[in-house]
Amino acid sequence: MSGLSLSEKVMIGTSLLGGMSGVVGSFAVLRRRALVGDMLSHAALPGVCLAFLVLGNRDLLGLSLGALATGLLAIATVTVIVRWTRTKEDAAIGIVLSTFFGVGVVLLSVIQKPGVSGNKAGLNSYLFGEPANMLTGDLYLLAIVAAVTLLTVALLYKEFQLVSFDADFAQTQGWPTLRLDLAMMAALAVVTIVGLPIVGVILMAAMIILPAATARFWTNRLPVMLLLAGALGVAAGLIGTKLGRDLPAGATIVLTAAAMFVFSLLFAPQRGVVARILAEWNLRQRISREHLLRSLYELGETQLPQVAVLPVEQLQAYRYWKPRSLEKLLQWAVGKDLIKLVDAHAQLTPLGLRRAADLTKVHRLWEMYLMQHADIAADHVDRDADETEHLLPETVLVELEQHLADEGRLPRSLPEVPESPHELEAPRET
Amino acid sequence: MSHPSPILFAALPEVSVDAWIVLTGAATNVACALVGCFLVLRRMSLMGDAISHAVLPGLVVAFLFSGSLSIVPLFVGAAVVGLLTTFLTQSLHQYARVPSDASMGVVFTSLFALGVVLLKYNVSGVHFDVACVYEGALEYVPFAEPVLGLPRPLFTTLVVLVVNLAVLVLLWKELKVSSFDESLASTMGFSATAMHYLLMMLVAMTTVASFEAVGSILVVAMLIVPAATAHLLCDRLGTMVILSAIVGIAAAVLGYLAGSWFDTNFAGMMTVAAGVLYALAVLLSPRYGLISTLVRNLKMSLRVLRDDLLAMLYRVEELSSEKPLSPANALQAVGGGWLAQWGLAGLVRGGQIESRGDRLQLTDAGRDLARNLVRSHRLWETYLVEHLGLPLDHVHEPAHRVEHYIDEHLQRELQAEVDATAGDPHGREIPE
Repeated sequence: MSGLSLSEKVMIGTSLLGGMSGVVGSFAVLRRRALVGDMLSHAALPGVCLAFLVLGNRDLLGLSLGALATGLLAIATVTVIVRWTRTKEDAAIGIVLSTFFGVGVVLLSVIQKPGVSGNKAGLNSYLFGEPANMLTGDLYLLAIVAAVTLLTVALLYKEFQLVSFDADFAQTQGWPTLRLDLAMMAALAVVTIVGLPIVGVILMAAMIILPAATARFWTNRLPVMLLLAGALGVAAGLIGTKLGRDLPAGATIVLTAAAMFVFSLLFAPQRGVVARILAEWNLRQRISREHLLRSLYELGETQLPQVAVLPVEQLQAYRYWKPRSLEKLLQWAVGKDLIKLVDAHAQLTPLGLRRAADLTKVHRLWEMYLMQHADIAADHVDRDADETEHLLPETVLVELEQHLADEGRLPRSLPEVPESPHELEAPRET
Repeated sequence: MSHPSPILFAALPEVSVDAWIVLTGAATNVACALVGCFLVLRRMSLMGDAISHAVLPGLVVAFLFSGSLSIVPLFVGAAVVGLLTTFLTQSLHQYARVPSDASMGVVFTSLFALGVVLLKYNVSGVHFDVACVYEGALEYVPFAEPVLGLPRPLFTTLVVLVVNLAVLVLLWKELKVSSFDESLASTMGFSATAMHYLLMMLVAMTTVASFEAVGSILVVAMLIVPAATAHLLCDRLGTMVILSAIVGIAAAVLGYLAGSWFDTNFAGMMTVAAGVLYALAVLLSPRYGLISTLVRNLKMSLRVLRDDLLAMLYRVEELSSEKPLSPANALQAVGGGWLAQWGLAGLVRGGQIESRGDRLQLTDAGRDLARNLVRSHRLWETYLVEHLGLPLDHVHEPAHRVEHYIDEHLQRELQAEVDATAGDPHGREIPE
């Protein structure tokens, strides 16, 4: 591996880091512990400084062990504070984060005094991230950590899944939730700490959250989310390093991940903003179309079986439509052959009448149901039915119909189907 | 500490270098604590951390536009990005259904990364040291250019302090109601959302004003730690705000003293001092402290133990058993351990129990107490059976728990409800 050039090493390193941050970050995001990564990366500073003071050099393994020690101490402190005091979790994280970092700053200023020996230059890069400092040995460390983390996740997959989604249920099933939680946090801590010297304090927190939050947009299944988050992390590492030739690589990696997040936020198929806006727009469209047909039916109901010819003005006053949107609706209905529009007068076609009657039936079924089963007054149900009728699934409708038919409140329970003009084959005896 | 340049220093009033450092630290801490109380109560403590990082691109853009590091454009840039952070975090949570902590994390880290890149691209050769933003340079405050006779960082911090104080005084009721009950705020006719944004803007401005002097780490700490400390010490918002300001000042003074003692970074030491004050509050708070809780629990256990010992001896007497109750048996019956020994020793010392040879016996005073307890116990048992219809074998346990809390008044009420002359449901007499 020593034959690799620096940029190749950096790329391998950042993509390894991105991959494992994505995987452990998924659990952190699902467990609502996203900001623990931020806390860990701050709490690592005093450990790094102490390790440096003790060892006198910036050996990555030594500094990482120091960072891991204070990181775990920070997690324990937050757990204790939340468990035993009235301070809430967010404040506890903030207190531990800032106090530990404060201790780190103090230690750093001790280190920077002239009396203390050792290569201090490397220490700042530990805080702010300097991938270009990566040595081949660091790469081995990253690879080992990645393998161990992934193995842990694979072995404890079921347990982590349970704790992430329903910790209370896990507890009632007898799982050691506290220990599992700590194992999850420890995995997070290890990844955060090996990542620190590569991308720096703040941006390490981003690597934990961004790939996981991005993956969440695309799937509702944990295994897919884990794989996707890992892949996105690797991609962010690769692309970010490529883009960041003369920029701080940590920042470009995070910006790459952020770009992926924004793209998914907008364009993910179900949870994306665009898809959701489209879905909502479609629903609104359907609702106002259904309202149009029902209005036509209700206004002309007294003249049935003759199909009424209604002035558009009357229609507009009936539902307070805006002229423009009513016009568009009418255009649509004409196009679909549901109404005829002559001289600003609308008349349902036979097809339109049939649809409108169906819709009105649904509305009234629901009104009756509400009056009978939810005890809502007759003059209040129109509104409620109006809001719900468009969302009722067919099965519920059939059930409602059956229900009212059983009580003899529905005039006809069978659709009108004329008799067959020819002989039907007799049902076969079995 | 190096000596100040005489020219700069001549413009300042006759205040020592040390006093300027402490004053600046204290002013920052108080300004932060004032808004921090509301952050902690709204469970948005980490918004301070988020905003203090997210303002970086705002600062860079403000610098690019104004071409200077003067404070007004930086304020504007910070306030805008502060509001943007709040808005993005809210929207991501509300419309894209990202969990609130993750949405905060996404927004502030991305903005920070953007700031780092902008900085690298556009600003070179200017002193815009990221490390300095972190750690602060409180040591250099006394040597900054003076504004109105005060070092500039102190002046800006004081301005922000006054603004924060003014907003708090003018909008006290609105801030209070919207922090505790958003829906109530809406029904009272003012927007909780507007209060939220106002608060976030104050946080952003406080953060930026304090950067120059003390660095982001002290700001983040001071937004949370004094408020959380005060929250452990009191139950009223007004008291909490005042206490948090006092904790902030104390942290500044103590941090300064420790910093000059060890000759290290003042801002870092002030943060550590605040952390230590919080730890002390966790331990020593009269109502919510760990020690007072422990003492309260111990006292309660001890009282229950003593009551149980007395009542047990009374029952032994009642049975007129010939077999003596030895101290060892009695201790074993109440669970044993050092607490039980302590309880028994207290009773003997207090003259409620006599220990004759290997036999425990109630004194007259002890018998009165014990009779009262057994009376409470049996009244409660009777009440449970007569009025709640509990089966006989289910009433001893609840009565055993509740007997310690039944006072004379409750005894009278219970007696009025039940027929005490008939004895308790197990057929034993209810003592007078």
